Amino acid sequence: MFETLSDRLNETFGRLGKKGRLTEKDVDEAMREVRRALLEADVNFKVVKDFVAAVRERALGQDVMRSLSPAQTAIAIVNEELIKTLGAEQVPLNVPNKPPQIILMVGLNGAGKTTHSAKLAVHLRKGGRNPLLVAADVYRPAAIAQLKSLAKQVNVAVYDEGTDANPVNIARNAIQFANGRGFNPVIIDTAGRLQIDERLMQELVDIKAAVDPTEILLVADAMTGQEAVGVAETFNDRLDVTGLVLTKMDGDARGGAALSIRAVTGVPIKFIGTGEKLDALEPFYPDRLAGRILGMGDVLSLIERAQEQTTEEEATRMQDRMLKGQFDLEDFLDQLQKIKNMGPLSQLMDLIPGVGQQLRQAKTQISDDDYKQVEAIIRSMTVWERRNPDRIDHSRRRRIAKGSGTSRQDVNKLLSQFKEMQRMMAQFGQMAKKGKMPKGMPKNMPFDF
Amino acid sequence: MVLRRLFRRQAEPDIQIEKGLEKTRRGVFSEITKLFDRSEIDEELYEDLEMLLIQADVGWDVSQQLVEELRAKVAEEKIVNPSDAREILRLEMIRLLELATRNRKVKILQRGVPFVILVVGVNGTGKTTSIAKLIHYHQQFGRTVMVAAGDTFRAAAIDQLSVWGERLNVPVIAHQQGADPGAVVFDAMQAAHNRNVDVLIVDTAGRLHTKYNLMAELHKLRTIMQKTVENAPQEVLLVIDATTGQNGLVQAAEFAKSVEITDIMISKLDSTAKGGIAFAVARELGTPISYVGTGEKATDMAEFRPDTYVDSLFFGEGEGF
Repeated sequence: MFETLSDRLNETFGRLGKKGRLTEKDVDEAMREVRRALLEADVNFKVVKDFVAAVRERALGQDVMRSLSPAQTAIAIVNEELIKTLGAEQVPLNVPNKPPQIILMVGLNGAGKTTHSAKLAVHLRKGGRNPLLVAADVYRPAAIAQLKSLAKQVNVAVYDEGTDANPVNIARNAIQFANGRGFNPVIIDTAGRLQIDERLMQELVDIKAAVDPTEILLVADAMTGQEAVGVAETFNDRLDVTGLVLTKMDGDARGGAALSIRAVTGVPIKFIGTGEKLDALEPFYPDRLAGRILGMGDVLSLIERAQEQTTEEEATRMQDRMLKGQFDLEDFLDQLQKIKNMGPLSQLMDLIPGVGQQLRQAKTQISDDDYKQVEAIIRSMTVWERRNPDRIDHSRRRRIAKGSGTSRQDVNKLLSQFKEMQRMMAQFGQMAKKGKMPKGMPKNMPFDF
Repeated sequence: MVLRRLFRRQAEPDIQIEKGLEKTRRGVFSEITKLFDRSEIDEELYEDLEMLLIQADVGWDVSQQLVEELRAKVAEEKIVNPSDAREILRLEMIRLLELATRNRKVKILQRGVPFVILVVGVNGTGKTTSIAKLIHYHQQFGRTVMVAAGDTFRAAAIDQLSVWGERLNVPVIAHQQGADPGAVVFDAMQAAHNRNVDVLIVDTAGRLHTKYNLMAELHKLRTIMQKTVENAPQEVLLVIDATTGQNGLVQAAEFAKSVEITDIMISKLDSTAKGGIAFAVARELGTPISYVGTGEKATDMAEFRPDTYVDSLFFGEGEGF
């Protein structure tokens, strides 16, 4: 929906014509586009202003690197500055002088505090710890039930006192409980609240005073708009937040809120949430987020999505079959299913750097409907036919066309294209064997385009 | 019975919207009014206006459009008085929202046929709370309401809905967590039909619009509903969090692709967020915004009206109420 920054910069510099050095005029044009891209990524207005000023200064008079175009040079500078602002280093959780480690989860309603409390428990337990979850959200209907249910799924203990108790007392008692039974860390899930709700903000201040937490994590939705800064500032002013958890990063929000919060409060981003499963919590990588804010494609996410669909052995087996020329229509159908599960094609294409732009320029329409016909044809074949596409004769082709509601030409086309593909794969296999190509195909890709 | 006429008749919600929006006025919006409180129209005015609009999550494109239109009108009509310019901006903003509200379909409640409302949205936008508000809303017109717990994924979502069901005294049709939402919907449709319920509200699990399979599931729910009631769901309501930035537009576009959205609710307007994304949604998609959510109670909901929205959020003053 939004054009990426690299598309726009290419356009801008294309218009200006290639030059060996970035002039002031080039830079100003480029900065307009940078500003727009950042605003569309929901980076806060004031942060954008400062950021663009910093980038402009660096870009002025910069020599265009020999191997790069002016647009690429500008992007490289923006990218580096973004990473710098986001915090180049991974900041780990604070370690207390004496146990237990107490982690307080705070944030607006619907940011994902309860889910991420459970995710954090799973994450810490992987490191050999014995976490306790504390249900201090006594306001939202069934919030305690939600935490308990999540904890049960992953077999983590929960401390709760029902909905009639006072959250400050719950937190205090929970620490005693944890000390007595050797639980460490203690993760306290609090109710979602607006930063302007004085009574509820005071409650957090009181909880903090009562339990002296090692870590106060602000949980924020990656889709948050301009208001992210106001929210983070208020929470930070009242509580001295020690880290940020950015949630719902498995969507397509650019996540500019994270940049704003980091720039304004200096609070480091410690984790990102990348899915609904309870192990979908990852350490934060500034370079990935920088690429995403700029809309530069995200190969890593693409690979991750592919990995979700297949296992290592499965991928190796498939690769072997491909390279030996044994890949048949049955395998093809299986791969097709896997790609379909990864999401709509147009969206996958957007994840590949540069591809989005080329496709848009070529006005190529790739639609998921194209799959449908191919799938229908293959599904109209018997298993024997799928295993032996070479042996599908005319009468079989006619039957398949009828069964799939296509024409015989369509069936012929598919079969000849498939044969060509098989041949190419086998060729790759030969080349790999002779060592002409150092390594066959990227591992773990369910299907290589 | 024409529902829209009934919607109109209800005057109270404006009081709610005012209360909810009160808090936001302290922020950016009183600043917009302040902005025009000057002796002449100069370049600085336009620049500051653009900044304030962007800060309200109106977005780059729409902010440009609004500022450019204002600039053009001021030149064309030779306006020198800042307060006249302010009025032009105000009308421009209202007109933008009306582009969408006028697409709002007339809804017809038929006797003996449940009016089915499918509630969808990304995770954490407040779908379940919004459903509580819808229940209350329809109860005010004396309609019988039933709810289907179609969110079988999120832990305790069924419990949360049941709590509301008890509080508001409406039956909740639910299966166990992890059950097929399609089965829940099928049962609820049957039950609503057999018990002669006027309105059936169907909750769904929050889903990111990028999850292809989950979006396809919504389509399936629709097919299942139509087995019982041919034109169900008569209302498909997308709930968008007012704090959402520009991604809100992408969300709305993607949901619209999977299930023809008929209405949008902007939730959490009691925060300091300005819900500026409403303008981008209105301009790009034309899907009508029909309701606003302004708090955590079942009564905290109002019908969306462009003039009230613009006046209370952007100009912070009385005319609209």
